[in-house]
Amino acid sequence: MTSTLRALFGACAVAALATVASAETTITVATVNNGDMIRMQKLMPDFYAEHPDIKVNWVTLEENVLRQKVTTDIATHGGQYDVMTIGTYEVPIWAKQGWLTSLNDLPASYDVNDLLPAIRKGLSYDGKLYASPFYGESSFIMYRKDLMKKAGMTMPEAPTWSFVRKAADAMTDKAKGIYGICLRGKAGWGENMAFLTAMSNSFGARWFDMKWKPQFDTKPWHDTLSFYVDMMKKDGPPGASNNGFNENLALFQQGKCGMWIDATVAGSFVTGKDSKVANEVGFALAPNKEGIAKHANWLWSWALAIPTGTKHAAAAKTFIDWATSKHYLDLVASKDGWANVPPGTRTSLYENQKYLDAAPFAKLTLKSMQLADPTHPTVDPVPYVGVQFVAIPEFQGMATAIGQQFSAAVAGTTSVDTALKNAQAIATREMKKAGYLK
Amino acid sequence: MARRVTTRAKLTNTIIAWFVGLTIFFPILWTFLTSFKTEGDAVAIPPKFLDFHWTLENYIQVNDRSDYLLHFWNSVVISVGSTLIGLAIAIPAAWAMAFVPGKRTKDVLMWMLSTKMMPAVGVLVPIYLMFKNTGLLDTRIGLVIILTLIDLPIIVWMLFTYFKEIPGEILEAARMDGATLRSEILYVLTPMAIPGIASTFLLNVILAWNEAFWTLLLTAANAAPLTAFIASFSAPEGLFYAKLSAASTMAIAPILILGWFSQKQLVRGLTFGAVK
Repeated sequence: MTSTLRALFGACAVAALATVASAETTITVATVNNGDMIRMQKLMPDFYAEHPDIKVNWVTLEENVLRQKVTTDIATHGGQYDVMTIGTYEVPIWAKQGWLTSLNDLPASYDVNDLLPAIRKGLSYDGKLYASPFYGESSFIMYRKDLMKKAGMTMPEAPTWSFVRKAADAMTDKAKGIYGICLRGKAGWGENMAFLTAMSNSFGARWFDMKWKPQFDTKPWHDTLSFYVDMMKKDGPPGASNNGFNENLALFQQGKCGMWIDATVAGSFVTGKDSKVANEVGFALAPNKEGIAKHANWLWSWALAIPTGTKHAAAAKTFIDWATSKHYLDLVASKDGWANVPPGTRTSLYENQKYLDAAPFAKLTLKSMQLADPTHPTVDPVPYVGVQFVAIPEFQGMATAIGQQFSAAVAGTTSVDTALKNAQAIATREMKKAGYLK
Repeated sequence: MARRVTTRAKLTNTIIAWFVGLTIFFPILWTFLTSFKTEGDAVAIPPKFLDFHWTLENYIQVNDRSDYLLHFWNSVVISVGSTLIGLAIAIPAAWAMAFVPGKRTKDVLMWMLSTKMMPAVGVLVPIYLMFKNTGLLDTRIGLVIILTLIDLPIIVWMLFTYFKEIPGEILEAARMDGATLRSEILYVLTPMAIPGIASTFLLNVILAWNEAFWTLLLTAANAAPLTAFIASFSAPEGLFYAKLSAASTMAIAPILILGWFSQKQLVRGLTFGAVK
């Protein structure tokens, strides 16, 4: 062997060793398009400085597209993603199927006991944590203080539905394009049905009794829907049956709504730079019916989970530990200020005076989240988990179909009675088909 | 005798044509305008048409967040690749059906078209599993294969109707002169059908470019085309309309420019054959 050849082989061997030494693990993270996740992608240099051996590929998608993609992938064990962003609806269903890796072995520095109890409960199954929250929300009332004052009324911290209707009547001035109440009307299980399911809890209604019999033919559901439809027709904006979160946000920011009951995350939007009424916004707990302890607030969290079967579980856990840690909250605060820290996940955040000073809606967000109990969401006992949803696989399709009925009632193309009758028929048919009912 | 068209009728037709054209074009124009607005102006009530603060901020942020060129390149490879392979398969198939029809040719054509009638979601899980087992998930090759198969019936149908317009005697003459089957298709039939093939090519590139079911579900980080690029800027909780409009404008611009430059061929092809 000539010396040239020897040198060549030697160089190859050194190069090969160098490759092994610097081998990095690449993980793919599927996530939703929201401000908090986009910020996280910008802060990745901090993660890479701590973990130079892990590279993260991001797949960011609109949440309905993402849900379809990750559901297909996890159900077929496709293995395209090492970390998935999922919500409180998916966690109990997927954990039961054995599709998720338990996160009970995260390091002590993660401080699992610091997670807000309601959120932790919503992301656990059989006592084990299966997803780590990076963002949590409930729902509350956002209202115009100036319009409320003009109406000669004062918003209590915990108003009843009767008060809300009275205030909506008083604030509505259709000639000036101001509508007393803006609520979700667009059909969909995550749109009007999220709101109406939470609202029905505060009227003493429930989706199913303990034998999984649908309950849309009961008085509490009739009271819920007729109250909602009457109020929307009288004090809601035109075309309310097409309005979701974004449409109502745009209306509120433009000064067209007296009150808006929706996700607590909107608190930062309605008081932000794009809002024309930023200085006039007040907050209150979601209402309840007189004499009923449950309020109309929901509980949701976007959380990071690891599908079983991923080849990079260790790297995925390292990433989740970083992305949902207390250290990450401090990192966001140091770069973008406390007002931009992802809300609704950790108790310590709500004990931090700097955060409470920066986010005027923080205390009510915490109170709303504490009021929501995903394991006991209704007045009467139920066989399911979930505040604004029922954590069974059949819920998405069934709730969207029922949502279309309720949306039609707001649009005036069907009556409340017919919508409820159809809802009962849809739910009964689906539950029979799925084997819950004989 | 030629039909007499009055000036008044011409004027009326022109106004109607412009009205219809502008109505169809308006959503694209609105998306384009919104891409230069702030998020606040994008949802202003009443809507702002031209009187708003023009900004390039959305384009800067969209480029900052996403790798546009990777998505663009994936779209080019997937749409052009699937159409070229589709044409290579469809030309001989359409030749056979147009010039050597059998008893069941019409049934075969209908059967091919019937595959387009099935909802795509019905075969999602089997195809996903096949892609997983063959390592085709999140690969451009995988998407080229699936889009070729999806668009093949349309390509065959379009070519079949173009080929039917070509006199069979010309091909017979070529055979008399000793042309082989390959030479007959390559050197006699294809050159005569160039307008039809060109419009089929353009139409299928557009179809493949806009395909958003399979291209979204079978990709992740590597092979995702512009459909995934757009989907990453949509959100049900948060006003990102201006950024979404900027992303949409960037995604449709290449295909719009292609359509603009090839509109003569497109119209000629469409009015010549299948979609008369």
